[in-house]
Amino acid sequence: MIRPHRWPFTMFMPLKSLPVGSISCGAVRRHDGAVMYIRDTSQGYGVVSRLFHWLMAVAIFGMFGLGVWMVRLDYYSPYYNAAPDFHRSFGILLLIALLVRWVWRAANPKPSAEGLTPLEQKISYAVHWGFYVLLLGLMISGYLITTPDGQPINVFGWFDVPSLVQMRGLEDRAGYVHRLVAYVVIALAAVHSLAALKHHYFDRSNVLRRMWSGPPRLTVNPKEENHL
Amino acid sequence: MRAGMTAIAVAAFASVLSATAMAADYVIDTKNAHASINFRIKHLGFSWIAGRFDKFSGTFSYDEKNPDAAKVAIKIDTASVDTNHAERDKHLRGADLLDTEMFPEATFESTSVKASGPDKATITGKLTLHGVTKDVTLDAERVGGGKDPWGGYREGFTATTTLKLADFAITRDLGPFSKEVELRLDVEGVKQ
Repeated sequence: MIRPHRWPFTMFMPLKSLPVGSISCGAVRRHDGAVMYIRDTSQGYGVVSRLFHWLMAVAIFGMFGLGVWMVRLDYYSPYYNAAPDFHRSFGILLLIALLVRWVWRAANPKPSAEGLTPLEQKISYAVHWGFYVLLLGLMISGYLITTPDGQPINVFGWFDVPSLVQMRGLEDRAGYVHRLVAYVVIALAAVHSLAALKHHYFDRSNVLRRMWSGPPRLTVNPKEENHL
Repeated sequence: MRAGMTAIAVAAFASVLSATAMAADYVIDTKNAHASINFRIKHLGFSWIAGRFDKFSGTFSYDEKNPDAAKVAIKIDTASVDTNHAERDKHLRGADLLDTEMFPEATFESTSVKASGPDKATITGKLTLHGVTKDVTLDAERVGGGKDPWGGYREGFTATTTLKLADFAITRDLGPFSKEVELRLDVEGVKQ
């Protein structure tokens, strides 16, 4: 049955004429009339970018704690094998998430950085790209601890990531890099968090708010909606 | 004339004697990997994990007629530990086990050799491992020796011993069944 006011037809409709409860390619028109942005806009981050940001933040801190804890486990600990297995599997999923996040970022408008000084803009740009490069390095080095003897990484029993580089002793160098980069990422996350709090509380800018609740909501006068 | 002949005969005999009494020096053939240093340790008391040190060098002197005069010296690159599992090898090299960054070399030098039977001997010597030097005793057996097909002369031995990890200050708790490691050296030396 063709229902022109329903998805997927609404994907091609301009935002303002979206029926309540429908989805366009960039936003969802909620039942209260507000628009929830899926894609980023020049005003702020859509729900996909925000989910990437907060879920990866939680995952990265969790993985750091797990990593520090698991390497100290006693050989007879019930988690001695399970914890590294989870760490490796989840790391591969995070690598996939990171790559998808890049694609998403490239395919979306960039929210403006107004309200920040030019220096702050440069620093935040460097910190964001620093995160991406460091996270990629972190994941690759982690992968190289396990795989240089030819073993694959099995991800939660779902699939194998094969060993691509086989080299004697590579696990030592990879382990050194993995540990070092993990500490740098956590330090950078601390800088990033403090900067966000500074902008929120001292500069009264909306950088933290727009990462939490997205662009300012577009609400339409209910009278105008009557015709929808 | 007769005296001269006798002198030559004595000299020849003496030279043969001294040649047999003088032990020959051998270099362990690590270059072509006719030698290995292997170990095994129990896993949970259920099975054995095998490993080896891939890089080492050594020499020995040996005289079939006088085995008690034999000597052996071996140097092991501890970071070359190999148990066919990259993550485990990394752990073995780490600070809580072999600590190969701090102690990159293990050495063994014999102090006495006592024949205990035909082609069998007990070798006592000083083993330095993980920075600790201790007297250890190896049970050695001569596997064989003689001319090789390429113009050289070789002698080969197997020696075994059991080490307590705690004796060498390796205190990482690997469980009640994994406190001792069995060591086996298979070496073939080429006469110099």
